[in-house]
Amino acid sequence: MADFETPKLKEYPVIPNLVDDVMKGSSPFIAKPLHNEPLGFPGELVEGWKDKAIDKMEDLLGKYRGLQVYLDSCVKCGACTDKCHYFLGTSDPKNMPVARQDLLRSVYRRYFTFAGKYFPKLVGARDLDKGVIDEWYSYFHQCSQCRRCSVFCPYGIDTAEISMAAREILDTVGVGQKYCNEIIAKVYKIGNNLGLPEPALKMTLEDLEEEIEEETGLPVKLPLDVKGADIMLITPSADFFAEPHIDGLKGYAKVFHEAGISWTISSYASEAGNFGMFIGSYENMQQISTRIREAAIDLGVKRIVHGECGHAWRVAYSFWNTLIGPFDFLDPNYPVPQHICEFTYDLIKKNKLNIDKTQNDHRTLTFHDSCNVARATRMGDKPGGQFDIPRAIIKAVCNNYVEMDPATTKEATFCCGGGGGLLTDDLMEIRVKGAMPRMEAYNEVVEDYGVTNLACICAICKSQFSKVLPYFNEKGAPQKFSMDMVVSVHQLVYDALVLTGQKFGDELDAHVAAMEAAADD
Amino acid sequence: MALEVDGKSYETDEEGYLADLSQWTQPIAVALAKSENLDMTDSHWEVVNFLRSYYEEYQIAPAVRVLTKAIGKKLGKDKGNSKYLYELFPYGPAKQACKIAGLPKPTGCV
Repeated sequence: MADFETPKLKEYPVIPNLVDDVMKGSSPFIAKPLHNEPLGFPGELVEGWKDKAIDKMEDLLGKYRGLQVYLDSCVKCGACTDKCHYFLGTSDPKNMPVARQDLLRSVYRRYFTFAGKYFPKLVGARDLDKGVIDEWYSYFHQCSQCRRCSVFCPYGIDTAEISMAAREILDTVGVGQKYCNEIIAKVYKIGNNLGLPEPALKMTLEDLEEEIEEETGLPVKLPLDVKGADIMLITPSADFFAEPHIDGLKGYAKVFHEAGISWTISSYASEAGNFGMFIGSYENMQQISTRIREAAIDLGVKRIVHGECGHAWRVAYSFWNTLIGPFDFLDPNYPVPQHICEFTYDLIKKNKLNIDKTQNDHRTLTFHDSCNVARATRMGDKPGGQFDIPRAIIKAVCNNYVEMDPATTKEATFCCGGGGGLLTDDLMEIRVKGAMPRMEAYNEVVEDYGVTNLACICAICKSQFSKVLPYFNEKGAPQKFSMDMVVSVHQLVYDALVLTGQKFGDELDAHVAAMEAAADD
Repeated sequence: MALEVDGKSYETDEEGYLADLSQWTQPIAVALAKSENLDMTDSHWEVVNFLRSYYEEYQIAPAVRVLTKAIGKKLGKDKGNSKYLYELFPYGPAKQACKIAGLPKPTGCV
């Protein structure tokens, strides 16, 4: 992996001078046949790839009217040019959203418009050749499909849709991305992105039950495959594995316990995430989602609640109805789908949770809006609920909360830099550079308000920040950013929520001693 | 890619993870550690051996939390924390230690 320089954090955002092709060399590992074939794609670059790619483009233009509108309607006004975190972090003009769109638009014009067919040079149309395929592969994997640019586009052109279409065309001719496709294949084989088999999941959940009992003195359960439970929780498998995700999972368990509601995790659908969206494949997105429907029916649950995962919430909120609906097998008195933040917020509003905010007094929080939650979904029943509800939860459980620059939050939030299928070590350079705009806003609140922690509600954001934060420490200076600054929103809930009957002090010590004695027998 | 150990060649993926888990030997672990600029000490071996036995049972690497707790139980509470593991494996116990132990890389949002 090539070495690269971490961008310097500036006091004010600056639009960089252009450096042509500086990120040309950034390409993720290519998927092998064993990654592509389970998804229904050819193993490697197919013969006749050019015609097949054009055919696929035609197919997508026919299926997705939006795509054609986006390709036709750009007037090159330039409003989007400085809105992409990857452009701001890399200075590469092809990372301007309009230029990224043009990579596909130029080929669209050549084969699907009158002017492009007869006067290609006049309208910026170009032939599809292998160089174009390579360029697509590189620059459409420098887009996290975060849709920030579309907020500022006067026509609402959605670069994410264009990126998804480009990746779908690439997959169709056998040029897949290893990271995404390997993961989707694991979902089909094992049930989750991580490849966590049922015995390991069971063992992890039991281990967490023991941990929670040691901390509360109460037998809080994380049930697996319990038929007839009221709620099925689907959550990113990172919540079973990674830090700080796992502390969020403990938080959900504590909330469910206090609510006195029966719930379960499914070993068959042990993944909320859906990388089918990242690769723009409707079929794969549907196949992944279907596992959740099947598990819910099989377990006979009444409700499905989502854990902290950004893109999964988008898939569920925006696509589930057509992908796997109707949901007539669920209780119509509850929203489908429902977010864990909605669930917790509801209990807070009804004063059903005993909160000791001082438990979080050692922290000063800020909140990072995840792109997919912010710009593609909602929570609660009011516009902007997806912004207000997570903040209301944090403020209900913490005394110290600070907002980042409003130009970088809510619908204008910057992506963490690792979304959209880019959260892989082979894309470290683009991930670090793309994190720069968010890091500048975070740095400001760390410097000015002593913020100690960055709260997130997305597994990708949590992993990405944990990884890239340390890159932004200045050499020789005292360490300002560390991976443990990143926290799950439900970790904060966990720390402040006092359960009915929870044990403390000597009583808790005695309980833990008894647990240890029982384990030794 | 391939890894050369004692005159024999072993297939690895693009990032240097061993392709065939069953080929793993201690000299291979030492060579994999070297490619990560790490010298294997007894402390490193304790972690690597735990990872291998966990993988044998569960077919996946343990969560960092499971790993820290297991190390803490075995070697004392002062070592049962992620700081200790990151000192041993700076690029992260889950990924770097797995690589040296010959295990596949954990995938997903981690």
